[in-house]
Amino acid sequence: MANKDDFRGVWIVAEQRNNQLHKVSFELLGKGRELADKLGVKLSAVLMGNKVQDLAKELVAYGADTVYVADNPKLAHFNDELYTDVVAELAAKHKPEIIITGATAIGRAFFPRVSIKLNAGLTADCTDFELDMENRNLLQVRPAFGGSLMAKIMTPEKRPQMSTARYKVFKPLAKDDSRKGEIVDAGVNVDAMQPKSQFMEFIPEVETTINIAEADMIVSGGRGIGGADNFKVVKDFAAAMGCAVGASRAAVDSGWIPYSHQVGQTGKTVSPKLYMALGISGAVQHLAGMQSSDIIVAVNKDPEAPIFSVAKVGVVGDVFQIIPALTERIKKGC
Amino acid sequence: MKIVVCVKQVPDTTNIKVDPETGTLKRETAGTVMNPFDMYAIEEGLRLKEKLGGTVTVVSMGLPMAKDMLKIAIGMGADEAVLLSDRRLAGSDTWATSYALAKTCEKLGYDVILFGKQAVDGDTAQVGPSTAAYLNAPQITWVKKIREINEKEIIAERLMEDGTDVVKASLPVVLTVVKEINEPRLESLKGKMRAKKYEVPTWTLDDIAGDEAMVGVKNSPTRVNKSWTPVREFGKAELISGADAAETADKLYVKLKELGFVK
Ligand SMILES: Cc1cc2nc3c(=O)[nH]c(=O)nc-3n(C[C@H](O)[C@H](O)[C@H](O)COP(=O)(O)OP(=O)(O)OC[C@H]3O[C@@H](n4cnc5c(N)ncnc54)[C@H](O)[C@@H]3O)c2cc1C
Ligand SMILES: Nc1ncnc2c1ncn2[C@@H]1O[C@H](COP(=O)(O)O)[C@@H](O)[C@H]1O
Repeated sequence: MANKDDFRGVWIVAEQRNNQLHKVSFELLGKGRELADKLGVKLSAVLMGNKVQDLAKELVAYGADTVYVADNPKLAHFNDELYTDVVAELAAKHKPEIIITGATAIGRAFFPRVSIKLNAGLTADCTDFELDMENRNLLQVRPAFGGSLMAKIMTPEKRPQMSTARYKVFKPLAKDDSRKGEIVDAGVNVDAMQPKSQFMEFIPEVETTINIAEADMIVSGGRGIGGADNFKVVKDFAAAMGCAVGASRAAVDSGWIPYSHQVGQTGKTVSPKLYMALGISGAVQHLAGMQSSDIIVAVNKDPEAPIFSVAKVGVVGDVFQIIPALTERIKKGC
Repeated sequence: MKIVVCVKQVPDTTNIKVDPETGTLKRETAGTVMNPFDMYAIEEGLRLKEKLGGTVTVVSMGLPMAKDMLKIAIGMGADEAVLLSDRRLAGSDTWATSYALAKTCEKLGYDVILFGKQAVDGDTAQVGPSTAAYLNAPQITWVKKIREINEKEIIAERLMEDGTDVVKASLPVVLTVVKEINEPRLESLKGKMRAKKYEVPTWTLDDIAGDEAMVGVKNSPTRVNKSWTPVREFGKAELISGADAAETADKLYVKLKELGFVK
């Protein structure tokens, strides 16, 4: 078995769709820079895609010392097996001690495969990282049980230490186009790889509403909204603010709004600058999906509602009296 | 068509209590349920069987009490169930659990293996793809619709953040399913009667020819170093109130403006 001390360096596996980098990649470079500097090693990024040389430069500007690029028409779209084989082959060759990617639909699909190939452990959906410098162990902080519990996970024996990390919890460094870094060909023979699955086509989300996972401002309605028609109050407010509409599971299960809007453990995890919870009690499973938002504003009739324990601004009152008036104010714009 | 569905018994998270002393969950008092996502995996397995013929076998790795949960699957219409239960498996992380499930699937034989998207206790969503990796099988995760399937290949829609990817894969294949895929059926009366009499076979590590060095808490690469319950403090929120709703709305408006959310 390989010696733990043979492994050095911090790696971020970047993510791109349609030749646009996912912002989580920049955030992870920010955190990765900090970890690499503490450990006194280089920070590298792995980039896969077709004609992605320009993106490699961006990764350098955001903090990478080295970018390994696998550029191949076969990598134009995400493929679980190709992504796995490229990253596993590279990592087996260069032996980084830490590899992190975003806890996105893509990252969470292929990283488990990589971890098995590398005979390494994997910690999902981390929200923080610390270092135990003595043993060079990465302490991986993550929520479990829908956020009722936080756990610190370690991979004491095996290397690399692998994690997927949550979007919008780490801060990217400021982009610096003058930063120097090397961009190298990954040297992986993608043409020879024969995956048993193929990408066929992409169907963009037909909805015209703003995707809540990406939105900077979200207003969500819960059971307190009381009905599908009443949801107009939430939607009108969202339209006036220019923000996305979310919902609690109770509202989704009641059929007032589609599942794609659900925030929480079994819905989407969001981390906007503003999250407004209207008529939502704040059950742990809901909090799990939104508590890392920058500013939480809650409107609820019940002063004891747990949502107030995570809110920065609280209004104890009736949504139907307050929100329409607020919407009017915003429309008037003064 | 041999269809295998992996299901997990999880603590009932609606009912979870935390031990204030140790900061760990009191699993004993929580009661257990079938992982909600796994119901969709069972339903999809049953639908595949109805379409293509074959058998549905439901597999769980866990404590002996998971037998009751497996009987629910029999009640829904699954042909067989297997409980993988062995003290040597205790404390396995996703790396080790996937190994054991992969060995179980190998022993059973499989064309399609279905998983729930994630288990609501650990929320890792890692066991499905990891099992696929051990079996060197293709995978389609986050499946929201199976468009076409025959003995040789499958075309499925997977839920991504920005829309839907349509993916083709050869069989045998591993799928993880999301809630949109179907509406799980309830147990039928006939199914319940069969479940009542059904003896769930229990397999040990030896039955699946599993390597002891690949499983259990000792051999799992990841360790829980520490766990705690997040402290949430009441009284931190700045409360906004007015003489009436209109004044409250005004104050909230000013606040949102101050924070820069309205121009
Ligand atoms: C395994 C599992 C997974 C789950 N996943 C999720 C998930 O992903 N997302 C999720 O949200 N939930 C999830 N839940 C459900 C969760 O436990 C709660 O049941 C749910 O979040 C409650 O939704 P709610 O806050 O809208 O409803 P309630 O808890 O009923 O709260 C309604 C609130 O509205 C207030 N209210 C009523 N009328 C008004 C009014 N006119 N003005 C102001 N306030 C008013 C009430 O005071 C109350 O606090 C999950 C549960 C389980 C078991
Ligand atoms: N112990 C287990 N026994 C059977 N299936 C499991 C077990 N653990 C996880 N699974 C399956 O893997 C999926 C993902 O679980 P997880 O990776 O723990 O989030 C679940 O929805 C189940 O289908």
